[in-house]
Amino acid sequence: MCLFQFQSVMNYFPEEVLEHVFDFLTSHRDRNAVSLVCKSWCSVEQFSREKVFIGNCYAVNPERLIARFPRLRSLTLKGKPHFADFNLVPDGWGGHVYPWIEAMAKSGINLEELRLKRMVVSDESLELLAKSFPNFKSLVLVSCEGFTTDGLAAIASNCSCSAMLFVIQVFSCLYTQVVPLLVRGYCFSVVDDSIFHDRFLRELDLQENEVDDRKGQWLKCFPESCTSLVSLNFACLKGEVNVAALERLVARCPNLRSLRLNHTVPLEVLQKILVRAPQLSDLGTGSFTHDPDSETYIKLTNAMKNCHSIRSLSGFLDVNGRCLPAIYPICTNLTSLNLSYAPGIFSNELIKLICHCKKIERLWILDTIGDKGLGVVANTCKELQELRVFPSDLYGVGNTAVTEEGLVAISAGCPKLNSILYFCQQMTNAALITVAKNCPNFIRFRLCTLNPIVPDAATNQPLDEGFGAIVQSCKRLTRLSVSGLLTDQVFLYIGMYAEQLEMLSIAFAGDSDKGMLCVLNGCKKLKKLEIRDSPFGNMALLSDMGKYETMRSLWMSSCEVTLGGCKTLAEKMPRLNVEIINEAGEGDGEATYDNRHRVEKMYLYRTLVGPRKDAPDFVWTL
Amino acid sequence: MDSDLNLKATELRLGLPGTIDAISPPKNSKRSSPDSDSATPPPKAQIVGWPPVRSYRKNNLAEAESGSFVKVSMDGAPYLRKIDLKVYNGYVELLEGLEKMFKLTIGEYSEREGYKGSEYAPAYEDKDGDLMLVGDVPWEMFKSSCKRLRIMKASDARGLGCAV
Repeated sequence: MCLFQFQSVMNYFPEEVLEHVFDFLTSHRDRNAVSLVCKSWCSVEQFSREKVFIGNCYAVNPERLIARFPRLRSLTLKGKPHFADFNLVPDGWGGHVYPWIEAMAKSGINLEELRLKRMVVSDESLELLAKSFPNFKSLVLVSCEGFTTDGLAAIASNCSCSAMLFVIQVFSCLYTQVVPLLVRGYCFSVVDDSIFHDRFLRELDLQENEVDDRKGQWLKCFPESCTSLVSLNFACLKGEVNVAALERLVARCPNLRSLRLNHTVPLEVLQKILVRAPQLSDLGTGSFTHDPDSETYIKLTNAMKNCHSIRSLSGFLDVNGRCLPAIYPICTNLTSLNLSYAPGIFSNELIKLICHCKKIERLWILDTIGDKGLGVVANTCKELQELRVFPSDLYGVGNTAVTEEGLVAISAGCPKLNSILYFCQQMTNAALITVAKNCPNFIRFRLCTLNPIVPDAATNQPLDEGFGAIVQSCKRLTRLSVSGLLTDQVFLYIGMYAEQLEMLSIAFAGDSDKGMLCVLNGCKKLKKLEIRDSPFGNMALLSDMGKYETMRSLWMSSCEVTLGGCKTLAEKMPRLNVEIINEAGEGDGEATYDNRHRVEKMYLYRTLVGPRKDAPDFVWTL
Repeated sequence: MDSDLNLKATELRLGLPGTIDAISPPKNSKRSSPDSDSATPPPKAQIVGWPPVRSYRKNNLAEAESGSFVKVSMDGAPYLRKIDLKVYNGYVELLEGLEKMFKLTIGEYSEREGYKGSEYAPAYEDKDGDLMLVGDVPWEMFKSSCKRLRIMKASDARGLGCAV
């Protein structure tokens, strides 16, 4: 069949069929691709898309979102640049969610799910969210800030439903007295049938947010009629919660699968909760410290034995190592274990614990585990796919850290390993080359040496060859973070071999513009590039300006780019926002700025909507 | 102005590139040349944002770690010490540790008479700010309520039940 005939056949498909076919496409990338095929496909796709992902909230605006996807039910938004995590972006930079919620509320969007990362979420936003979307089910906040427990109380109460229930209660008592038909007619015309299904919150997931704890009773705000919770995570809250309310909430939510407590919830309460909710599949303990000889501890051990479904475990925010045996029975079936917030577990206790975890696929730990402990992981955890080893000693000279030995052991012992984040004291090229040979399947490889410019511990050479081996061997690598002493050579390798690379993080690396040029020219799929403290300047920045329209964003701080270079870029590329962040004491204003002046922090990103209107004083959009 | 000659670019420094304005390690730590001890990280003067750990994680780890450290003062000593209560499994180990640290003997504990047979009595400040005798409550309870330790001279400790 020739192309022309094929096209005609495709055009005969009614839209409903196309829509049905598109239903099977869940990834937003696939749906984006599909919408590029032709106008009719684009139209069908946009009116049927329910889940939208926006990787940079300033790339579009709420109005365009709503115009294009009116059937939107689930929105994922990301705000601040990644380096904001490390205090490189001053407070007040932006990333406010309020305008999005406001616009969706006004347009009658039937929002059910909101997932935010690195955004500023005010209590007003949460209150507006709570009362504007009657079918709202799921709120996930990751690394956000700006809200307090009062905002959480608003979400928990989910006011609109409570009001409806009041109406029913009032009229049901009149049911038998007033003319039944009249009353019944009134009740059911007022009340939507769906009130009898779970119109309440299913998921409230707070991950690593800075929340101002007002010591209120937000947990009590879940109405007694709320029985629909599936997931509740408040591990990041600092203040005490009403444990009686918590226990009652758990008791009345039979579908609760995921529960993560904060450090103020003591072991006694955990025990009672587990008795109520043996069906949990994901548990985050609060405090895990008690007298191991006490009755409470024995009760806990028994309760744990009954929890056959737990596959994911985290917490241990305050821990007594001698209480850990209570969890050994669940360890056998665990696929995900996060002990990275538990510095109180010593190396030998960690090792004993790991020995029980043969099915682990995802492991997050502190470097207190040591190389020896990583050896045990390598021998025990044959299903391991993702490993993250975080530093425990952030201010000292790092006695307890892991070295290249641990990484090599893991690469040799865990054939399914595909994602790693590794903070270490030292590294060698030989080790990285071995790792590259052992693990050609890495998708994410992030190495962080505690000294950012430490050379090969054995040869004192730069780590270029080691990382070169990684990119050459791991053909499916999409994310890479490099560290240690590195010259332009490593970027030559990255540009040459890292064909699938989408995100690259560079710090204190390279010798000249050539390095950055290799990356920009070579990595065709690059989406996010973030660079700090490296000698890349205007020459590299301006060499291929069109490249930035194919990327989500570029961050450069403490590099060699100047104001003049940034201005040139901004002038030539109107569809990019080139933002300069100026912190206090760096001149009175743009006028006094010399074009030759080095720019301390630059963040540029492609956008469809021009310079943002909410930029604070210290952010200049050129 | 130096900018034309670009003296900075040719300046012989062993420092990190581009860290002129940012908080950079002090000059004596720029030892990253091959013929010196380059395994030690830049000390004291922290580089902003390195290691790249989320502030949330940093804050939580710091809290958790310092949680079990308590100050120990000894009457008459010029400065205080700090110990990590988590390291000890019970009162016996704790008292041994204190004896070693301060080079003294503490004597035996008895419920009725406090600490017999020594010049010193270990006391602690609890959550409520009260000064209590070490040893009365179960070890776990002690660990969670002890905010600060004080090794008192027995002569001062009469009220706490120390038989001199």
